[in-house]
Amino acid sequence: MLIKSPAKSSLKEHQVTDESVYLQRRQLVKKMGFIGAGTLIASAIPSVVHGKGLDFFSSEPTQTFQRYPLNFTANSTNNAQVLTPEAKVTSHNNFYEFGTNKSDPVNNAQSFNVNPWKLTISGECDKPYTLDLDALTKSFVLEERIYRLRCVEAWSMVIPWVGFELATLLKKAQPNSRAKYVAFETLYDPEQMPGQASRRLGGGVDYPYVEGLRIDEAMNPLALMSVGLYGKTLPAQNGAPIRLVVPWKYGFKSIKSIVAIKFVEHPPASTWNILAPSEYGFYANVNPNVDHPRWSQASERRITSGGLFARNRIDTLPFNGYGGEVAEMYRDLDLRKNF
Amino acid sequence: MKYNVFFFKLFIHLAALLPLVNAYYLAFTDQLGADPVEAIIHFTGIGAFNLLLLSLVITPISKRFKISLLVKVRRLVGLYSFTYALLHLTNFLVFEVQFDWLLFLNEIIDRPYITIGMAGLLILLTLAITSISALKKRMGKNWQKLHNWVYLAVIFVGIHFYWSVKSDIIEPSIYLFISITLLALRFEKFKKRIKKS
Ligand code: HEM
Repeated sequence: MLIKSPAKSSLKEHQVTDESVYLQRRQLVKKMGFIGAGTLIASAIPSVVHGKGLDFFSSEPTQTFQRYPLNFTANSTNNAQVLTPEAKVTSHNNFYEFGTNKSDPVNNAQSFNVNPWKLTISGECDKPYTLDLDALTKSFVLEERIYRLRCVEAWSMVIPWVGFELATLLKKAQPNSRAKYVAFETLYDPEQMPGQASRRLGGGVDYPYVEGLRIDEAMNPLALMSVGLYGKTLPAQNGAPIRLVVPWKYGFKSIKSIVAIKFVEHPPASTWNILAPSEYGFYANVNPNVDHPRWSQASERRITSGGLFARNRIDTLPFNGYGGEVAEMYRDLDLRKNF
Repeated sequence: MKYNVFFFKLFIHLAALLPLVNAYYLAFTDQLGADPVEAIIHFTGIGAFNLLLLSLVITPISKRFKISLLVKVRRLVGLYSFTYALLHLTNFLVFEVQFDWLLFLNEIIDRPYITIGMAGLLILLTLAITSISALKKRMGKNWQKLHNWVYLAVIFVGIHFYWSVKSDIIEPSIYLFISITLLALRFEKFKKRIKKS
């Protein structure tokens, strides 16, 4: 189903992008050479004083990973929320396969090779199939969806994804009656992903990264398979060539660089739940009333542009504001227990 | 000798202040990564911890290698550690929770990693105040006793760091290890002190 009429969660005011303002200012400051001066000062000072500060001072990382323009139907229901500038969307990532600092993925993923790629759809279904790299962007009609992304760490972004509904991809495989859940798996390739090769870089996670959804969640029209953002194919650090986006759940559910999707009968494992079951549940629905044991989830900082003084703390909404579309699925569930 | 101390202190002032000014400048102008708030909190937190450890290796090193110049700058390094820590807390209040006082107080009470960070900062505050020469003189022997609490502060901060991360515990583990080693280095001194009393 294509969402043609504005859904409850999308607002109709004109979309404001502060991308250009952000870039302009960035250029100006660059011209003034402050970044260069900063680098000089930083390297003249013993690094012990600022720890991992050195990489703060380097100018923007050059992104050499190839991205291609996509054909898609534009988002017709304008979203009043200010978009997070592309430069921020692509340089602030939790993708531990490429390192645990937010800036690690953009720095370490530029030589990531996604060609050839194979995504298999299998398990409890009648017509399992495989998609290669080309087929990821050509098998389905692509559309743009502007979604809020709420990270479990209490920050959020607004991102224009390009992709297709997960349901379309799933239905093509004709799941059978035992398909109660859908399991997802990220590529395992320690040679390309330094975080998988080293426990230190990978944050002590057991790879490959796995995630899962209940079948009705997976079939919800909001669940998106994304192959691009800001009009072009995905950058490596955002989960190229294909990733999941489930906007009503915390970001870690939106698994990146997927190679396998499997229909299963029993609840599949999910990486953060294995790592710390008391902190990360299977559902991980955005919920301001259930705190993470170590921080509050009642509010969040929305990352757009503006420096330290951006007053960007806003209330977190149940289901990240998508309750109108998804709350029904959890009618009989105690969301405090099933966090 | 006098000149050496002067230049050494000048160097420390610059080494501590320039990165700070630079980091805040970049953060205010949105140049410090995609999320300048997180970046500046981490920058000042790690900075405070590094300076704290630095202030603690000064005594063992200066004794071992008989460099008395070092001891003359110990207070300065300690005070900069406190300055960074105070800015770290200020960043949290002003830029992270953005003056939501209720949230601020709740976080200090409810989140063990912040509670223990606060305990560490309170110790550092006490030490910073009593580092004033006049007070130091007046306190006599009690001064050293009080300032031994710095080791407790280091352990608190080490735990604060360890508890603050999601799963990447290796870096905080290294810091904790260094903290405990420093404490062990001074163990003889504490043993003597306990025997005396
Ligand atoms: C006064 C109360 C304190 C508060 C409210 C506080 C708050 C915080 C917060 C919010 C973080 C970030 C956690 C995250 O990544 O989500 C953090 C990390 C940290 N803090 Fe504190 N802190 C306090 C005291 C201290 C003190 C006294 C020190 C050192 C002397 C310190 C050193 C650190 C270090 C090293 C980190 C880790 C930075 C990193 O991961 O790069 N903190 N603190």
